Amino acid sequence: MSDSVTLEQPTQDAEERQPLTKKEITADHPTWCPGCGDFSILAIYYKLILKRNIYHEKVTTVAGIGCSSRFPYFVQAHGAHYIHGRALSFASGVSLSRPDLHVFAFGGDGDAFSIGGNHFAHTARKNIKMTYVVMDNFVYGLTKKQTSPTSPIGFKSKTDNWGALDQPINPMKLAIAAGASFVARTTHTNPKHLLEIMDVAMDHDGFGFIECLSECTEFFKGAFDASNPRKGGAFELVPEDHDVTDEAAAYELAGEDFPGKFGIFYQVQRPTKNTLEAGVSDAAKAKFEGKKDWEVLQSTFNRMK
Amino acid sequence: MSQTLDTEDDNGRGSQPSDISEAIIRIAGNSQDGIQSIGGFLARLAGRSEQEVMTMMTIPSTISGGPSIFQVRLGTGDVLSPGDDADVLLAFYQHSYEDHVSNLREGGLIVYDSDHIEPKEEWLEKYRHIGIAISSLTVEAIGGTARDKGKNIYALGLIGRMFNLNLEKLERLINERFGAKGESVIKTAMDAFQSGYRYHSDDITNLFNFKQGEIDRSNQVVMSGNEAIGYGLIAAGVRFGAGYPITPWSDIMELLRKELPKYGGSFIQCEDEIASVSMAIGSSYGGRVGVTGSSGPGISLKTEAIGWAVMAEIPLVIVDIQRGGPSTGLPTNVEQSDLNIACFGGHGDSPRVVLAAANVEDCFYTAIEAVNIAREFSVPVFLLSDQAIATRIEAFNEPDLKNVCQDLSPDLTPVQTHKPYDLNTETGASNHLVPGTRIEDGRYPVVTGLEHDEMGHPSSSPDLHEAMTRKRRNKLKALSDKLPIPEVYGAQSGEVLVVGWGSTTGPLYEAVEKSGNNGQAISALKLRHINPLPNGLEDIFARFKKIYVVEMNDGGVHGYGQLAGLLRARFADPRIQGINKTDALRWKVREILDRINERREIESK
Repeated sequence: MSDSVTLEQPTQDAEERQPLTKKEITADHPTWCPGCGDFSILAIYYKLILKRNIYHEKVTTVAGIGCSSRFPYFVQAHGAHYIHGRALSFASGVSLSRPDLHVFAFGGDGDAFSIGGNHFAHTARKNIKMTYVVMDNFVYGLTKKQTSPTSPIGFKSKTDNWGALDQPINPMKLAIAAGASFVARTTHTNPKHLLEIMDVAMDHDGFGFIECLSECTEFFKGAFDASNPRKGGAFELVPEDHDVTDEAAAYELAGEDFPGKFGIFYQVQRPTKNTLEAGVSDAAKAKFEGKKDWEVLQSTFNRMK
Repeated sequence: MSQTLDTEDDNGRGSQPSDISEAIIRIAGNSQDGIQSIGGFLARLAGRSEQEVMTMMTIPSTISGGPSIFQVRLGTGDVLSPGDDADVLLAFYQHSYEDHVSNLREGGLIVYDSDHIEPKEEWLEKYRHIGIAISSLTVEAIGGTARDKGKNIYALGLIGRMFNLNLEKLERLINERFGAKGESVIKTAMDAFQSGYRYHSDDITNLFNFKQGEIDRSNQVVMSGNEAIGYGLIAAGVRFGAGYPITPWSDIMELLRKELPKYGGSFIQCEDEIASVSMAIGSSYGGRVGVTGSSGPGISLKTEAIGWAVMAEIPLVIVDIQRGGPSTGLPTNVEQSDLNIACFGGHGDSPRVVLAAANVEDCFYTAIEAVNIAREFSVPVFLLSDQAIATRIEAFNEPDLKNVCQDLSPDLTPVQTHKPYDLNTETGASNHLVPGTRIEDGRYPVVTGLEHDEMGHPSSSPDLHEAMTRKRRNKLKALSDKLPIPEVYGAQSGEVLVVGWGSTTGPLYEAVEKSGNNGQAISALKLRHINPLPNGLEDIFARFKKIYVVEMNDGGVHGYGQLAGLLRARFADPRIQGINKTDALRWKVREILDRINERREIESK
């Protein structure tokens, strides 16, 4: 419904607006524990906004429930802190009704793959335009160490004292299978890579999904050491010859054992829900060219007499 | 039920029709016979004439086949309910005949398809029978082998002849209805219709003639309750919604899906009920009033999100087309058992607004009111309808659309400063700023389900939780002060006041009319605003000795239903008592009067 919102662009001030500063985009001090991976992601988000020279009012930050979902409070921009697991549905409502905004959704692994798993799959298949960053820490942090849908088998939590029993979700595989048009993987320990990926994701016309490993130093310390060169691990990029439009190759990449590869696994262009709905509306409106809304309704009522 | 329709008179035969002021016609067949469309034609005809009309229909919950009925009540005066007993039964099959005779008044007329029905000896005395070979005459008229096709239009012709209906208007309706389907379809329909209309027999020709109405009702539109809600939302300016299919709500989402694009809007079919309420809330946050809706279990699923909209103070309209519950319950039957979930469904203190539409016309205007309240008070508003209103067709005065239609485009004018949860507004209501709006002091709001300060930042301060809880509650108090005091129907004081809501109201009003004739007058009160209640009810209640709240829900452990419970909690008045039923069928007028009389007898002992 791209044309449905008749937005009057506010007239620019006489003086040119200065680009935002980091201070201006920063809001409340984060409530995260010291050393939490989420800090890096927030810092990169600020950087992205500054780099892209976006003003406060053009960014909308949406989140569900979880440690990471506190995100909107820390950004000086319009934001919504919604209910657990449903951030994507809320963000879809914003995206579909307000094509002039860029919508970012942030959340954790519980939000995305457990309580909100259904919405993840359907937002992906519908290709609703937004950028979704899942700050994956393999554990429930806010509720203090229960097994999460991405916890590896054997992870000892308060709900699995003997070690997690269930096969974890593979977010990359899930996204590819659901029909996401942009699927990428990065980690908080490599801010440069994270910024690069977020930058590309923002330009992707469709549902851009990023899994960003984000260590919970309190409840799953060292979870991602194997992916961190400073901890003796390996940070390996997606091979240069990987074809991002090859679904089977992307799936294969997603199947590698931890730490796997980092980068864009899959990216294709296919019409967004936003564009398709706008097309339906344009076609329907064409028949009523020049008519006011009440006249359109009147023509319907005339047939009901 | 209408004594005015008298078929005993010999004048009723031949060319001398008897004058009648109303008639109730029940058409019974199978769902694939297209009997709904006969009813639709009759309702539209009435909408273009001086007649009032009300219909009811039942649809089988199976996907195809199964018995189905359509009852239409045409009258020259006010028609308040679909009527208790039919004057005429038009039956297509043996089961239609046998199952529906009990709905015919004594001495009523049965027109039956003699190709399929063998009349019963014991009923021949009690009812007047006219057998017509509807099936074979239809085949004769239109040819072909599709025996079941066209019977409905043939039967429409018969009814047109019996009731001396306006031939020209009926033909025009048929032309309009089938116009888009091509010449041959129109011709077939017209052949069937004319063959029925010309069926010659002294038995049915010009049996009845409607008296001229006193009020010109010719400027009417004809639609179902669900259509009226859909178009009401569009008139109100709603341009975005989201839903999930469930009976009997689905009609509304289908309508909005089809219609909203014409207005630059869109209605999204979601993966589930939770996604749909969330998407609607997201669009409300985006600057429009989003709408979602459901029935039965779907409403239960939405409650967490509705609680968020209460806390975050975001406008939202939730349409609830009630059906029999709990759980999957009775998907295609009527019940008024969602009042409690609408008012109280959700954890925590979560005040929201609940409105109930009483008939089809009311659906249209209540939808607009729901949107406007949601916007003004930044609050979720439930619009309650029910299966009976949803599926029935009524004619009502055409709304003045030029003045009724609203434009709710979001306002993105920059502001100097903004508090999304300002504690110092006059009514307690504060409106969030639409994303995309520049705030010059650079302090941007977060809307949230966490308890918060005036900027939307999380806080568990005891004082703030008190103040914010008060704010959310006081908005409803401010709304109740604006609501009109409802009017009593019938005598303004007396012994018995019956209180009702939703589709119960029509039969209640008709019960008032009927009670006046037998010396046991009652009065009725309709409540459209359920939560908050309007002011002034205590003054009305004080003028009556007994207050019976008539509802289609369970009287519970203590003998009063859901609205009665709300009224008892509010007024602590033991005179407020329930008259309830859970047969999942609409109230008949006679049932209401009998139940009141039963009460009188018990209490006089």
